[in-house]
Amino acid sequence: MKQTARIISTYSADVFGVCSALYELGGMTIMHDASGCNSTYTTHDEPRWYDMESMIYISALSEMEAVMGDDAKLVDDIEAAARDLHPAFIAVAGTPIPTMTGFDFAGTAALIERRTGIPTFGFPTTGMNTYVHGASMALAGWAERFVNEPENAGAGGAQIAVNLLGVTPLDFSVNGTDRSMRAFLEAEGFDVLSVWAMGSTPAQMARAGEAKVNLVVSAVGLGAAKVLRRRFGTPYVVCFPCGKALQREAALALREAAYTGEDLVCLGDGIRRLGDPAERKGAAGAAQTPAGPAPIAVIGEGVTSLGIAAAIEKETGQRADVLCATECGKGILRGGDKMTPDEDDIIPALTGRRVIIADPLYQPICPPEAKFIALPTEAFSGRIWRKDMPDLVSDFGCLAGKL
Amino acid sequence: MLRRPGEPLSAPADDRAERGLPIGEAAYPVPFRQGLEYASPVRGTWNIVHTGMLIPGAHEIYVCAAGCLRGVVLTAAEMGAQERFSTVAVREHDLLDGDMEELVIEGVSDIIEKLPKRPPAVLVYTSCVHHFTGCDLDMIYRRLRERYPDIDFTDCYMNPIMRKSGLTPDQLMRARLYAGLHARPIRSDVVSIIGNDFPTDEDSDLMEILRGAGFTVREINSCRTYEEYQEMAESAYYISYYPSAAAGGKILEERLGGRHLYLPYSLDPDEIEANLGKLCEALGIACPDFAEKRAAVKEALAKTLELVGDTPIAIDYTYCPRPLSLARLLLDAGFAVERVYADSFTGEEKEDFAYLKAHYPQLLLFPTIHPKMRWSAQREPSNTLAVGQKAAYFTNTDRFVNIVEGGGMIGYEAILRTLELMRDAYLQPKDMRSLVQIKGWGCEGCL
Repeated sequence: MKQTARIISTYSADVFGVCSALYELGGMTIMHDASGCNSTYTTHDEPRWYDMESMIYISALSEMEAVMGDDAKLVDDIEAAARDLHPAFIAVAGTPIPTMTGFDFAGTAALIERRTGIPTFGFPTTGMNTYVHGASMALAGWAERFVNEPENAGAGGAQIAVNLLGVTPLDFSVNGTDRSMRAFLEAEGFDVLSVWAMGSTPAQMARAGEAKVNLVVSAVGLGAAKVLRRRFGTPYVVCFPCGKALQREAALALREAAYTGEDLVCLGDGIRRLGDPAERKGAAGAAQTPAGPAPIAVIGEGVTSLGIAAAIEKETGQRADVLCATECGKGILRGGDKMTPDEDDIIPALTGRRVIIADPLYQPICPPEAKFIALPTEAFSGRIWRKDMPDLVSDFGCLAGKL
Repeated sequence: MLRRPGEPLSAPADDRAERGLPIGEAAYPVPFRQGLEYASPVRGTWNIVHTGMLIPGAHEIYVCAAGCLRGVVLTAAEMGAQERFSTVAVREHDLLDGDMEELVIEGVSDIIEKLPKRPPAVLVYTSCVHHFTGCDLDMIYRRLRERYPDIDFTDCYMNPIMRKSGLTPDQLMRARLYAGLHARPIRSDVVSIIGNDFPTDEDSDLMEILRGAGFTVREINSCRTYEEYQEMAESAYYISYYPSAAAGGKILEERLGGRHLYLPYSLDPDEIEANLGKLCEALGIACPDFAEKRAAVKEALAKTLELVGDTPIAIDYTYCPRPLSLARLLLDAGFAVERVYADSFTGEEKEDFAYLKAHYPQLLLFPTIHPKMRWSAQREPSNTLAVGQKAAYFTNTDRFVNIVEGGGMIGYEAILRTLELMRDAYLQPKDMRSLVQIKGWGCEGCL
């Protein structure tokens, strides 16, 4: 049955995606909810909580406030906290009860902004979508509001300036993958303006409009990519650059996009325009139609899993399908890949696989005859296997070697 | 008018939360403004997943939105209990389509059919959205019981929005633990201690009295099988001492016929003896003389004070349900208790609050969830001796007593054991950062 899970975990939710995406940007993010969300997020979804200060709070909504529509209490509380804490911006993110009561996110944000003078967002998350939806919405909102008109179009001189979009610990933990992606781009001769949103200052991100091209490394980055495309005409490439061969291809795609202005996908089926039909190719690059399920299945977030699958295909010559469990942009998945948000979607899709690469909390539903390669992510199993989360950008061999 | 990001607002800031509020100036029962809430990285207290798992063999099924499921599913995973935990995700169309009852019934049934073994009991946790959609829970459970007559279904709740309306989720969960008990003939020699996450220490006065009088004492924590759990229904007395457990005791008394005795947790010798006297009177047994225990407490206080001297002491509400009772005991004995971390105080703390306000007005109260507490944890390690995980975190000390919710201690034993743990904490620093982040102190975990 759809929506049931006998034993597997659930992905981090949209409201937590908002918090994660905005964590390092100096704002104050409020989850509009009764209780529990704050503890959940800071325990399981936020590895930076102990060491990096950020203003993440819960509104502590009560039954009476919800029934009576007492939004003034929320506004007062936010205003009081803002006077104490001086955030750079305020973000209010929703959960199921505000969704049910028809909470006016835009109107309340405008009211808070008028009363505090602090730029305020209202993100209508529901707590019923995955973190990808919320984090993408949050980065898009930030891009809309805070990225400056380029003063220096063509920044980087001879180098192509690029932003990395969609970088949060939910997909990449705090194991250095963000820095490795930056290092890879710099080694390829690109000028990395900013990383959205780990390790870059808001001032650096505000210059994102100067980039020639953006690299979307998870579906979390798609919202901001579209905003930057609309506002500044910046093209983007969708690719999680792991494995040397895919990294070379990603670098080519970035140069091509910067030159042509086209949005491209570079995820194992060559470089194609976003929206063009995906054509699976064999290891030698010859076009082929997948004959049944690939022997390898990668379960997880769409773009990162596609990068892993593509790298496996390029590095080892073995076909790998993606079972995408979270929201993914249109035209990104390839033939043979599947959207599998529920346990009952995933189980039949695992039949006949020789190798399954997934978070350890998927293992109980995997066929015992299949080889299971654990690839934990914060977005699914939280902190449990944090120390085992690899940096696949600098060392893809740690995964490929297990195949 | 818009300001530049980071530019301070003109109004003065209220900094009492981070500096501490002298109890002499504090209002009872809520000293601090309640507004937005912060969550510290301290995770030791139990939640409804941990507590529900106390029923042997029970399977938990949560029916909630993904955001609400996230915390509970990972609680189960961290305690290694995934096999006993399942979920049904509520999505937006379920709120609009009016088919919430069907989702619960069919979702729970689907999971039961997939379980490798039929559980004797299923705890179904519904959430805030069911309350707000007017979901017909009675019909749901009626259908489930008709469909699976061999399973005891218990309606449980994860509806924190109701925490200020009637019983809190914590009280409800501790009460629902016993909803699966079937009425049995009452045995006059059986007593059950109810509502605790941790088993009552065998060395406690309470257990000594009960065992000494020949009673069979049952607690959910020591039940190994579902049948042993059912044997609790034979009890002639239900004893609760944890404040959140008392409501469940009343319900049991009305439903199964035993007598409920609430003996509130305290660290005050007079109150302890009054409670034990009440117990003995109810059971019709002689009350022991506590002179030796009083002397032992006096000796232990002196021994501990001699060791720790004027070391600053901080206490928080996660250590036990009566942090002010502990503060009073220690201050009266000459300890340098400087801080108490708590956001509000129960009715049982009222007298201690008044006493401390009158006699130790300089004692500082600190909140734990006030927004400014994000910056209140001391950056440099301190030499504070902390009693409780939150006190340890906020004072940044490795010298701390790592116990939550009283840890099963009660009566004089709670005082003596607390002092022993304080001495041990003073002499043996622990890795505070690692220990306080483990979810559900005392649970078998995989972290």
